Amino acid sequence: MAVVATNSNPKIASRRVSIWDSPWLNSKFVTGGVIIVLVLLFGLLGPLFWNTDLAFTASSPVNLPPVWDTGGDPAHPLGTESNGRDMLAQLVVAIPSSLKVGLVAASIGMAVGILLGSIAGYVGGWPDHIIRTITDSVITIPSLMVLIAITAYVKMTDTTAMALVLALFAWPGPTRLIRSQVLTLRERGFVRMALLSNVPALEIMLTEMVPNMLPWLAASLTGGISGAILGATGLEALGLGPTRVPSLGTIINNALRSSALVRGMVWWWLPPIIVLIVIFTAFFLMTIGLDEIANPRLRGYGNGK
Amino acid sequence: MASDQKVLELNDLNVHYFTPRGAVIAVNHVNLYVKKGEIVGLVGESGCGKTTVAMSTLQMVSAPGRIVGGEIKIEGQNIVNLPEKELRKLRWSKLALIPQGAMNSLNPVTKIKEQMADGITAHEKISGAALRDKVLKLLNDVGLPERVYNMFPHELSGGMKQRVCIAMAVALNPAVIIADEPTSALDVIVQRVVAQTLLDVKNRLGVSMIMIGHDMGLLAQMVDRVAVMYAGNLVEVGPVGSIFEHPYHPYTQLLIDAIPSTKQKKPLKVTEGLTHDLRNPPPGCCFQFRCPFVRDACRQKPPEFKQMEPDHFVACVQYN
Amino acid sequence: MGGLTRGYFIQRLLMFFLTIWIGVSLTFAIPRLSGSDPTTAMLLTMMNARGYVENADKIIAAYKESFGLNDPIGIQYIRYLWNVIHFDYGFSFAKFPAAAWSLVTPALPWTLGLLTVASVLSFIFGVTVGSLMGWRKTPRWLNNILPVSLTFTSIPYFMFGILLISIVAFKLHWLPATGGYSRDVNPGWNAPFIKDVLAHAIMPLISIVITSMGGWALGMRGLMIGVNNEDYFLLAQAKGLSPARVFFRYGIRNAILPALTAFALGIGSLIGGSILVEYIFAYPGTGYTLYRAIQEQDYTVIQTITNLIIIITATGVLILDLLYPLIDPRITYKKSVAS
Repeated sequence: MAVVATNSNPKIASRRVSIWDSPWLNSKFVTGGVIIVLVLLFGLLGPLFWNTDLAFTASSPVNLPPVWDTGGDPAHPLGTESNGRDMLAQLVVAIPSSLKVGLVAASIGMAVGILLGSIAGYVGGWPDHIIRTITDSVITIPSLMVLIAITAYVKMTDTTAMALVLALFAWPGPTRLIRSQVLTLRERGFVRMALLSNVPALEIMLTEMVPNMLPWLAASLTGGISGAILGATGLEALGLGPTRVPSLGTIINNALRSSALVRGMVWWWLPPIIVLIVIFTAFFLMTIGLDEIANPRLRGYGNGK
Repeated sequence: MASDQKVLELNDLNVHYFTPRGAVIAVNHVNLYVKKGEIVGLVGESGCGKTTVAMSTLQMVSAPGRIVGGEIKIEGQNIVNLPEKELRKLRWSKLALIPQGAMNSLNPVTKIKEQMADGITAHEKISGAALRDKVLKLLNDVGLPERVYNMFPHELSGGMKQRVCIAMAVALNPAVIIADEPTSALDVIVQRVVAQTLLDVKNRLGVSMIMIGHDMGLLAQMVDRVAVMYAGNLVEVGPVGSIFEHPYHPYTQLLIDAIPSTKQKKPLKVTEGLTHDLRNPPPGCCFQFRCPFVRDACRQKPPEFKQMEPDHFVACVQYN
Repeated sequence: MGGLTRGYFIQRLLMFFLTIWIGVSLTFAIPRLSGSDPTTAMLLTMMNARGYVENADKIIAAYKESFGLNDPIGIQYIRYLWNVIHFDYGFSFAKFPAAAWSLVTPALPWTLGLLTVASVLSFIFGVTVGSLMGWRKTPRWLNNILPVSLTFTSIPYFMFGILLISIVAFKLHWLPATGGYSRDVNPGWNAPFIKDVLAHAIMPLISIVITSMGGWALGMRGLMIGVNNEDYFLLAQAKGLSPARVFFRYGIRNAILPALTAFALGIGSLIGGSILVEYIFAYPGTGYTLYRAIQEQDYTVIQTITNLIIIITATGVLILDLLYPLIDPRITYKKSVAS
């Protein structure tokens, strides 16, 4: 408490020492971001080095172990599975599509969240009441169950359809967050000044509020992406994913259906799980890193704003 | 009424906050004492280290702050570096606190009776009807009705909450009470009531007090001596009458000038300049960047305390 | 204050029905908006898969009769809602003429047992770890090992389950891999059966608890740090109270209130994730029934389970919401209103 008072004293000279002092250089955030970029590069540059046609059924010999196991074939370094698909090719195809599903669903959710959240926080009154009630209701719905019921009914053909369905439940989180942020920011001096001087609402929103909410928005987006990937993977693992293109969850589903666990075909089920764990961990690191950026108290010492 | 026995002594107290960009010197070589039955007012602007002095006296400076030097004596016993267990016994029984935020200093989810009782039972063996009577008497002493006993903090007004805090602070009849801006969050009428309650209690029990504040006008009516603090340093200490009659330090003069008056309309004095970076104090006087009378000597070495009148000391180059 | 308390109760009840209504309406509306006729499509796939569908004409007749598929969509919707309230979900596609409901009920106790124990344990562990991490007085050695418990936080429950099965069951042979109990025990209140059920429940339980507690822990850590900086927390320390009392009565007691709200909001995703865990472990709960129904394209059973889980979740949230005022005195509330 006392240190915040001391440090936030506007009379203290010399604030920024260098650009390396930027709060965005949070170690967790940067680590997570670097991992995601590496995973994405693997998926984007992979097709240049590896034949992605091998990701389809009967393109390769079946049940080959990876190259470091006895019987492995250098032509299929990560091995092949029971339907004659090359594991490396499947991963190369599946990684960008999983990330894409997550990004599209989370972005839609974010856009809806920004719209509803700012209306609720800014306008207040009955629109706020309605939006808040609906948001709080939707947030408690076990979304995966509803998604299962929907995808069991309507077969998913491609990843975009999948992303659209996932977006159905991607908006309440951002809406809640943005509403509460807008409410707190409204009371801050600089926003009040803008309000009093008749600046249009949209301009206040964009020029005064959004920059201040940036770390929160980013945290919500990274959290939303990993949530959407989690939902997509769950559906795919149940066999409800798009069937044409391989995805990380679909690989797991194929492996489980073919009893890869009992047959000891570790190279079948483990790689997609490892990739997913790396992706989730990276997004998780980014999210908590962004949380610390947005909320300096979490950094362990009161380095006031 | 004040005897000469010193119940609290701060000797050469130094507190630093260790931040990644260097140590913030929050309290710098502070010497202060409180005699029995005396109220000492500690004034200064926000961020000058008043609250840090209070918290270090309670041995409750929060990380990354640390007492790096000096001693704090309560009834002659130095409590710096005392083990946590010993400190816990001392707290509240010898040294109580009336906190700053009136609105937020009571636990919102437990009843008043429980919050008053736990401070007492942590130090005394008392329970049942005796405990209940004691708590009720304390409430009565600060002018609160009996029903407060069973109420939750959110059912009380700000002034009532602060009076509960006063009742809690005097529960064990401590040697010293530290009141950290006890009235600052209240409106003017309530401020008067709380201040009066505080004085009543003090007069009845004869406790000694450090009262922290930034409003010279309000403090003047309650304290016996005033200590003026600026940027972690004490700059002037003296009896309240003497200080108001002859404020020697330029900063004290500014503070007293800032008290609004209805008798004469005067333009508000605005001090130019900024406080120095507390991580990196300049050589010489701490007030040099804002002092209207600054001269070369001020930038050489820090001024020493000089007695100007009985018990009235000032640290300013002009008088050295 | 009486009006406020009744207002709170009515508001929560309204949210309860609204949640269920939105949930079941989405499962009704989205498929129909997509324009596909589920009955024909499903029966066609079933015929393709098996070459022949037993009682196909009867299924279509029964389905059309019970759901009145020839009626206007509005009438269909109202009938659907009516059936949801009555727990009447029609016949199973795959096991005609069994009612969908009768296929789900045997699975329900397994799911409820697993979910209740898992969510409560996960919350308790998470809150304990988180509040210790957010407390300044936590011993250093403890503060160094606590973050280890967050290692698995970002891993989906069912993936952790797969890893557990492959290591604990197939490599080490410590615990049974799948199922709710072994074939050689006699279901009932006897010691071997109970022991066997517990042995089968350990891994699903661990999968959920280990991976979900980190979320609560992180939230609680932030809340506890916030409480640490509150004036009442400082005053409690100044009063010389024992650290345990400060920690519990002033720290956790306050920080847990928003954590409980988060818990109520998070139950839905916890339950969704647990459904997948049941499928991985072939645990005889609704999750596994659901997976089999997906395999058999048994749409009525899928919808039954979905609606049921929606209702169960909403009920859990309602219970938490109604208990909340009992521990937060700032929301005035009288028990008489609830009964």
